[in-house]
Amino acid sequence: MTSLPAPSTRKLGLVIDLDICVGCQACATSCKEWNTGGYSAPLSDHDPYGADPSGAWLNRVHSYEVGEGASGQTVHFPRSCLHCEEPDCVTVCPTGASFKRAEDGIVLVNPDTCIGCKLCSWACPYGAREYDHDDGVMKKCTLCVDRIYNETLAEEDRVPACVKACPTGARAFGDLGDPKSEVSKNVATRGGFSLLEEFGYKPVNRYLPPRPRRDGHSAPVNVPVEAIPAADNSVAEKLFAWADRVLSR
Amino acid sequence: MHPAYSVILFTTASGAGYGLLFWLSLGIQIGYFAGDRWQSLAMLVPALALITIGLLSSMLHLGHPERAHRAMSQWRSSWLSREGVAALSTYVPASLMGMIWLLEIDTNFLPALAILAAAGAMITVYCTGMIYASLRTIRHWNLGLVPLFYIAAAATTGALLFLLIQSIFARAPDWVAVTGVAAIAMAMIVKLIYWRTIDGNKGQYTAEMATGLGALGTVRPLDPPHTMPNFVMREMGYKVGRKHARKLRRVAVALAFILPLAMVLLALYSGWPQLPMLALATLSAAIGIVVERWLFFAEAEHVAMLYYGAARA
Repeated sequence: MTSLPAPSTRKLGLVIDLDICVGCQACATSCKEWNTGGYSAPLSDHDPYGADPSGAWLNRVHSYEVGEGASGQTVHFPRSCLHCEEPDCVTVCPTGASFKRAEDGIVLVNPDTCIGCKLCSWACPYGAREYDHDDGVMKKCTLCVDRIYNETLAEEDRVPACVKACPTGARAFGDLGDPKSEVSKNVATRGGFSLLEEFGYKPVNRYLPPRPRRDGHSAPVNVPVEAIPAADNSVAEKLFAWADRVLSR
Repeated sequence: MHPAYSVILFTTASGAGYGLLFWLSLGIQIGYFAGDRWQSLAMLVPALALITIGLLSSMLHLGHPERAHRAMSQWRSSWLSREGVAALSTYVPASLMGMIWLLEIDTNFLPALAILAAAGAMITVYCTGMIYASLRTIRHWNLGLVPLFYIAAAATTGALLFLLIQSIFARAPDWVAVTGVAAIAMAMIVKLIYWRTIDGNKGQYTAEMATGLGALGTVRPLDPPHTMPNFVMREMGYKVGRKHARKLRRVAVALAFILPLAMVLLALYSGWPQLPMLALATLSAAIGIVVERWLFFAEAEHVAMLYYGAARA
């Protein structure tokens, strides 16, 4: 079971648009809310309202500063399991509790057979697995396997909780193994990338880069007033020049 | 990486136990213990005790120790599973040898059992090392030197225990002590090469690769995703020992290798009583190897820390 299945044609995953993510944490909190009662239940917390709160979360939203000086920008960066195609977190598992589903590529932990050795979390370069100290087993993103196939939910709700919750539409869910799917097409047009490609686990999830800034991604230019090209001496130009002087006082 | 005491105790105690079992089995193989079953038992019992204490300690480290038997199932892919299978298998020839001595059974199987026990001990320690060496996320561990050192450390602590117990019965013959000296020297050389290797490797992965944002410039954390450290930071981001790493390395070398080496040589050639010197050598090596093992964890850096402010890993 711990050995990886033959590659599946269906590769369910998330596409996260770093251009429009505002870092509101709605995906992280809705993930916690759904999964503390779903497949990964419980997601225990310790000292949640005290001075040293900690707990198992399956989705974390970082905010990074990227670039230097005036061309620097803030990038909000949600991070969860990437449901890699060839991850060692599955193969290092001594019990077979950590497994990759052959039919859709979702990587899951069986909470009934996990012994809580934590080795899978050591094997993950993305820090995507979090140990639940109360439950004694490893927790990770399930891609809301208990939502996406759940026929008791309305059809529009059969997406991961994080996707459903995102107020800006920065998260999309779909089959990244199908080049004709909406998510795959979006990845192709926007130049979507995977994380730490060099590591070789072949992540399925994709990230869409921040779009180039409208000012051509350069520092704002402070153009001196003198440098404004001399206008022709039309009445309108004189009027604008006068308005500019008045407003600049 | 966070140095869990249960795992430090497991790797050091079971390592010493398997080392002792290895030398004992080798001794039987070459007919060293001919006829002296009490001396053999006096080595086998502490060997199995150390192995068992180590394995129980590693089980305490689990979230669900009662499910530990499941860890035998995935030997096709998992080094941890292979280690479990090897550890349990080694009990079979080792306990059979014990029964032969205890019940004074007359058999020709002893040499064959000794070969199996020696091989089982070596394979188990190799598997322990490979659990760590197979993790590409931790460049300090992802090295062939790691299982080599685990074997050398087991051989060192096992050889010292062998000499110590031997000296209770009779003066240790020179050739036995020479194997101990060789084991200590080899472990020290491997560890020094290991430290040189990890110091020369600053890591090939960057925060820019981890976030895929390198095209936009350098990546620095602005707002953390949580106010206090989470599991990943506590487990993978352990930094407490690093500023003392240099001092602790010197302590480890002195206690694990140099002092035991000097004591064994003195015990051999000074003509003084061997027992106290070998006891001191063993105690010193035990503390030294525990320090070394603590450093093995505390100095190891994990790639996931790239998301938490590490520039390289």
